Amino acid sequence: MTSPAIPGLEKSASDQDPVKRSRSLNWRHIGLATALILPNMILLGLFTYRPLIDNFRISFFNWNISSPNMTFIGFDNYVEWFTDDTSWQIARNTAIFTVVAVLGSMAIGLALAMLLDQHLRGRGLVRTIVFAPYVIAGAAIGVAFQFVFDPGYGLVQGVLAFFGVDSPHFYQHSGWALFMITTTYVWKNLGYTFVIYLAALQGRRKDLDEAAEIDGTSAWRKFWRVILPQLKGTTFFLSVTVLLNSFTVFDIIQVMTQGGPFGTGTSTLIYQVYQETFVNNRAGYGAAVATIMFLVILIITLIQVKLQDTQD
Amino acid sequence: MTMTDDTKPVLPPVPGTSPEGAPELTAAQRRRAGSRHQAFEGGTGGKLLGYVGMAAAVLLFFVPLYFIAMTSLKTHGDIYSDPISWFPNPFAPENYSYVLSELRFDRYLRNSIIITSILTVIEVSLGVMCAYGFSFLRFPGRNLLFLLVIASLMVPNQVTVISNYALVASWGWRNTFQGIIVPLAAVAFGTFLMRNHFLSLPKEVMEAAELDGTGFFRTLFRVVLPMSWPTLIAFTLITVVNEWNQYLWPFLMSDTDKVAPLPIGLTQLQDNEGLTNWGPVMAGTVLTAVPMLIVFLILQKQMIKGLTAGAVKG
Repeated sequence: MTSPAIPGLEKSASDQDPVKRSRSLNWRHIGLATALILPNMILLGLFTYRPLIDNFRISFFNWNISSPNMTFIGFDNYVEWFTDDTSWQIARNTAIFTVVAVLGSMAIGLALAMLLDQHLRGRGLVRTIVFAPYVIAGAAIGVAFQFVFDPGYGLVQGVLAFFGVDSPHFYQHSGWALFMITTTYVWKNLGYTFVIYLAALQGRRKDLDEAAEIDGTSAWRKFWRVILPQLKGTTFFLSVTVLLNSFTVFDIIQVMTQGGPFGTGTSTLIYQVYQETFVNNRAGYGAAVATIMFLVILIITLIQVKLQDTQD
Repeated sequence: MTMTDDTKPVLPPVPGTSPEGAPELTAAQRRRAGSRHQAFEGGTGGKLLGYVGMAAAVLLFFVPLYFIAMTSLKTHGDIYSDPISWFPNPFAPENYSYVLSELRFDRYLRNSIIITSILTVIEVSLGVMCAYGFSFLRFPGRNLLFLLVIASLMVPNQVTVISNYALVASWGWRNTFQGIIVPLAAVAFGTFLMRNHFLSLPKEVMEAAELDGTGFFRTLFRVVLPMSWPTLIAFTLITVVNEWNQYLWPFLMSDTDKVAPLPIGLTQLQDNEGLTNWGPVMAGTVLTAVPMLIVFLILQKQMIKGLTAGAVKG
């Protein structure tokens, strides 16, 4: 062995290696790497990147997904989406659902994490209970919560009746239906933001807490000035992942309302993609909605990354 | 986004027991610090508030689960009682036997087990192989290819379903296990998780293996994996839960109980029994949920470790 270091053991810094070393290719490494990485790369290429590009192509066609005939119609699908009134209701539903789901699950998740980070008896059990719904299938939660929200015999109505309040008709009113979907989603997924924030809280610098206490800082001020700044990285990570997840919820909507009432009462962009492609047999239009959805996600994520960068 | 160190316990130590960076205090400071020790514990008042909060959390999360479980054990008349009853009277376990034998829910259960186990084996193998390549081997284009793996996390499945559906249907793979399994088998998050872990392993061990000319399989099974069990278990658990709960793709791929997994079976059950026969529907829900709840209750620390590993700066 004449090489100064063992090849391949460098971390990503290997790219900044002197030219001399990086030029010497290790064929044993290359052969093995091909065998190890190729299967996964083929799957990613075939079922993630190929369809991503193909989806863009499909969006310029008029196409019934079960027929071989596609008619090229240029930007017509996009023009139709941007001029159709339903699109704006769907965009509004998506925006309301996403904003409430992201802010709600992050704020409540953080509050629960702060609560269960304290020395309280039985906190382990409560942590388990709070996280449990996260491992249950969204479809199962959706089906069960249909009955939980049943205006005649459900749990919500039972609790409201105890306080002498009549239950709203969750399924017959667009606003209440959207409320129900959002609540169900947040309830199911709170466990995720909760455990991530809890881990971050437990990894924070305890000496800063003590210093703040010794200086007599108020709890409120301490939260904003000492604790929250330390959770910045986690908050950024959650804002990206929770946004992506809530933007693309399908199972809960499909089992609870099928996008209704009144056709599009609780439809979001992803539900519209499904509805147009597989129910209305307009795959080209569905693909156009999917492209719009992907671009919106991409733009929001880039803005988030940019904001994070400028803050650092 | 770096991974938390494996040598640390699954959840970081209980506050107050950590020795790191404890500041030197004067006697007066120590006296003041002694009175309040935690984030928001302003003495007994704060503690009381904490317990009230915990009680609220339990009510919010436990009561709906309890209500669902109880409804699955109620008779038709008991379900439609006003006000709601908190205990089944009489107990009606026949909801379960009806769902399993009459509605053939056992088939969905079998399909779920088949799909989840095959996908987990494939994904964990692919993830470990891929991560090994990205961590220990040097080859041109490595960083670019790894970027492609990570970037795929930003592409929601829902954007790719139309084209994938057309492709897989043209192969005649609808209503087959391979039609559900193969398009879901690529691994992005797991590759990321395992690679981060592999890079944290002591370099010397890998150097020694390389110098001895130890082959790939021997290095993997004798050197790398024995130092990686916690991360590997976390990766496996996340995969099991994800695939068990998978919805959109199996929903599009299956029309009958031939290959459909439980969440799809539940939708079909709901369509057939409608909103009139809640007992069996709830029994189906519980059957779908319980396997993952059991896995979670037994291995919650490992599972949470996997979720937090990619998120929290170590």
